Amino acid sequence: MASGIDAQSRPLLERRFRLQWEAAQQAHVLLYPEGMIKLNSSAGEILKRCDGAATIAEITADLETRFATSGLYADVVSFLAMALSKQWIAVTP
Amino acid sequence: MSGTAPQPGPPLWLLLELTYRCPLHCAFCYNPLDFARAGRELDTEDWLRVLREARALGAVQLGLSGGEPLAREDLETIVAYARQLGFYTNLITSGVGLTEPRIAALKAAGLDHIQLSFQDSTRQMNDFLSSTRTFDLKSKVAALIKKYEFPMVLNVVLHRLNIGHVEAILGMAERLGAEYVELANTQYYGWAWHNREQLMPSRAQVERAEAATREFRQRMGARMQIFFVVPDYFERRPKACMRGLGSMFLTVTPDGTALPCHAARMLPGFEFPNVRSSSVAQLWIESEAFNRFRGDAWMKEPCRSCAEKTKDFGGCRCQAYLLTGDAANADPVCDLSPYHSLVTDAVARAERGGAEAKPLVFRNVENSASLSR
Repeated sequence: MASGIDAQSRPLLERRFRLQWEAAQQAHVLLYPEGMIKLNSSAGEILKRCDGAATIAEITADLETRFATSGLYADVVSFLAMALSKQWIAVTP
Repeated sequence: MSGTAPQPGPPLWLLLELTYRCPLHCAFCYNPLDFARAGRELDTEDWLRVLREARALGAVQLGLSGGEPLAREDLETIVAYARQLGFYTNLITSGVGLTEPRIAALKAAGLDHIQLSFQDSTRQMNDFLSSTRTFDLKSKVAALIKKYEFPMVLNVVLHRLNIGHVEAILGMAERLGAEYVELANTQYYGWAWHNREQLMPSRAQVERAEAATREFRQRMGARMQIFFVVPDYFERRPKACMRGLGSMFLTVTPDGTALPCHAARMLPGFEFPNVRSSSVAQLWIESEAFNRFRGDAWMKEPCRSCAEKTKDFGGCRCQAYLLTGDAANADPVCDLSPYHSLVTDAVARAERGGAEAKPLVFRNVENSASLSR
């Protein structure tokens, strides 16, 4: 597909970023050289599952179980396509 | 103090200036002119306590700077503790002293990133501008940074004498494998303020440098991020300096003085707190020095009634003081400031280029002692 990712892609956080929970900000943040991106809660939940092993299908299923909902796939892919374009993540097919 | 100011947010950015000792003598350094008179440096235990207390308040980005932070033998201890607390650790260095054993130890301590300064793209100009022979050493350090897989930010301060070399500087950054390049036009504080007439570029120089940067950026695509920090004297609106003093930025100087920005030490009429006698929470939340410029109750016209005050916070307090004598005035970079001509006059003098016969005053202990006598 155009974004270069699909259900079987395995996303991995790029090496130059560090993802961590910040209690003072009540948010996950992406840390990088001299910079910080404050993530909203769904972005944080998706990115913390990007370990290079789980596929997007598995990440979606995990989120749907965790938050007792369904139909998240389109949102997850659309967020990860954006993250890929910003080079927050890399993917292996 | 502005009684209406809300409880401040966390000091997200913590800059520790571990020492004023520095092997370089750059004429554009922002360190105070009288650094040679500063008191005794903090001990290791003091620095670790500052880290612990600031982290508890929510500080997360940590800059380790100076002077040259590698002059501190306890740098590895400080990095390891900071990393363990959850800081993202940035080492801001000239590269002098970054031997292979030390870079290996810093890697083991968990250092996240290294920002390496160059003064220009050639040995001759780098060594002239830093008043040292360090170009070859810096090139070797850049290779070590790659070897140990640190993300590398290359920082070059731009001014009249090197701004014409932007293409060559970016070419050097590409050869060295930098992921990020900061082309930081000189901001006029400290030694740079003292040497302003010699350092200020012409408008044509700035425009050529911006065009060269744009071209290079297009060619590199996503492989290299290039930041061009604009020289604010050429703008019509001020920079949102520190996003307002006391909002998110905290500097601790080598002797423990806590500042709301790294240039603020020269502001008169302040009693800046010291971490030796005050906890980070006390000085950040309660001290008069950190509260004075919070909110907007301190503002005068034209800022007070200006719609853009929430965007630029009136600009830079230090620049307002240096140019107008009153830190509460609008930053005169703003063309709504009645003092704006002080900025345009300085730019006009740079256009004429009349000051080049005057020598640069390099940042060293002897010059500091004589300037602060």
